Amino acid sequence: MEEVKLLGFWPSSFVYRVIWALKLKGVKFDYIEEDLSNKSELLLQYNPVRKNVPVLVHGGKSIAESLVILEYIEETWPQNPLLPKDPHEKALARFWMQFGVDKIRPAIFAYFRAIGEEGEKAKEFQEVLKIVEKQGLGDQKFFGGDNTIGLVDIAFGMLAYWLECIEEVVGVKVLEASSLPRLHAWAQNFKQVPVVKDNLPDRGKLLAHYKHSREKLILAASSSQ
Amino acid sequence: MEEVKLFGAWPSPYGYRVIWALELKGVKYEYIEEDLSNKSDLLLQYNPIHKKIPVLVHNGKPISESHVILEYIEETWPGNPLLPSLEDPHGRASARFWTKFIDDKALPFAMLLMTDGEELEKAAKEVREILKILEEQGLGEKDFFGGNEIGLADLAMGLIASSFGVIEELAGVKVLNGDEFPGLCNWVKKFKENPAIKKNLPDPDQMFVYYKQKREMLINSRAALSYK
Repeated sequence: MEEVKLLGFWPSSFVYRVIWALKLKGVKFDYIEEDLSNKSELLLQYNPVRKNVPVLVHGGKSIAESLVILEYIEETWPQNPLLPKDPHEKALARFWMQFGVDKIRPAIFAYFRAIGEEGEKAKEFQEVLKIVEKQGLGDQKFFGGDNTIGLVDIAFGMLAYWLECIEEVVGVKVLEASSLPRLHAWAQNFKQVPVVKDNLPDRGKLLAHYKHSREKLILAASSSQ
Repeated sequence: MEEVKLFGAWPSPYGYRVIWALELKGVKYEYIEEDLSNKSDLLLQYNPIHKKIPVLVHNGKPISESHVILEYIEETWPGNPLLPSLEDPHGRASARFWTKFIDDKALPFAMLLMTDGEELEKAAKEVREILKILEEQGLGEKDFFGGNEIGLADLAMGLIASSFGVIEELAGVKVLNGDEFPGLCNWVKKFKENPAIKKNLPDPDQMFVYYKQKREMLINSRAALSYK
């Protein structure tokens, strides 16, 4: 069997997307922790263009960019499919993954970096999530369907766990049961999926990691006044 | 009979990607030109979330986001493939990686059109770095990003062949030159020679007029917004 390696960084939700997909398909892999402040020769060799993680290495060939890796995993190990068969449904799944890139990520970024405008940015972020809840999730339990998670659930996984830590550090809640009931329920259900539940970074460490990042931002903001 | 409609807005490179894919595969489609300053009810119905083009409508079902549309076209009309076969998942991943790469780097290219002075210099420098990566890591020794034939990544890069020259002319910079980028320049030539592409390239003179107007408008509005 060909060797599978995953280069990662422990707090990264992008890395966990790949971990979940590999585990859901029962693929054995070696995990290699990278120090992004001191990138290894291996990382620079396997991802010379973007020099970031996650990077999947299969049979000596590397694949970078988490969403590209997810498609690769889906095609290489077709058991336990994570994308719909129907081409239009598949296109919808890819649409939502792209929505995550274009709308969710900048909203989280703005919300995390908002010093003094936390409430405003949290509201903007909520507006984005309302679209996801209404048009993406609808009445389903998961984005992948009522019984099964798919690539969209995996791609949105950061909302189910990482976001809670970020909310605690920023001090303003975004994903609340009162304003986003179905998406909030999705987050709780997603965390209970065995492969997800057993593969999450330590909450205490993650909280400390985000606290540290935000303190740096606050310091930078106050020193530039 | 299958009904295929494409909503686009000339000269959007994202729209052209889809046109090229359909033309390369010989898919019959109806093209509907949208006025983005006055979006049609149909567009708003088919793409309510982003309200953007391109949108492909196949048998009444809409698909939006250009790279998502390209994947849909590839799967629905497998003749004249634009991705390596499923026997080569790494080749497929490579095409997707480079498509994402150029999409993530859209801003510096846009800045070439939207800025002047120091900001323009900075944008030109960034674009040069991007082209260097494409030349050395993307193309390498190959004729096309897809290998021997045009593939999805080539279509994604298509703006470099179709509209980049006009943008350079308007900005007064020459980044894509044969000395620094022989591979890319060869790629531009071969890309535009493909019969299906050749018949579907935006007219350079019309583009010049269009982008000149856009550039003036954008530079003026940025100047009005900036604080000295």
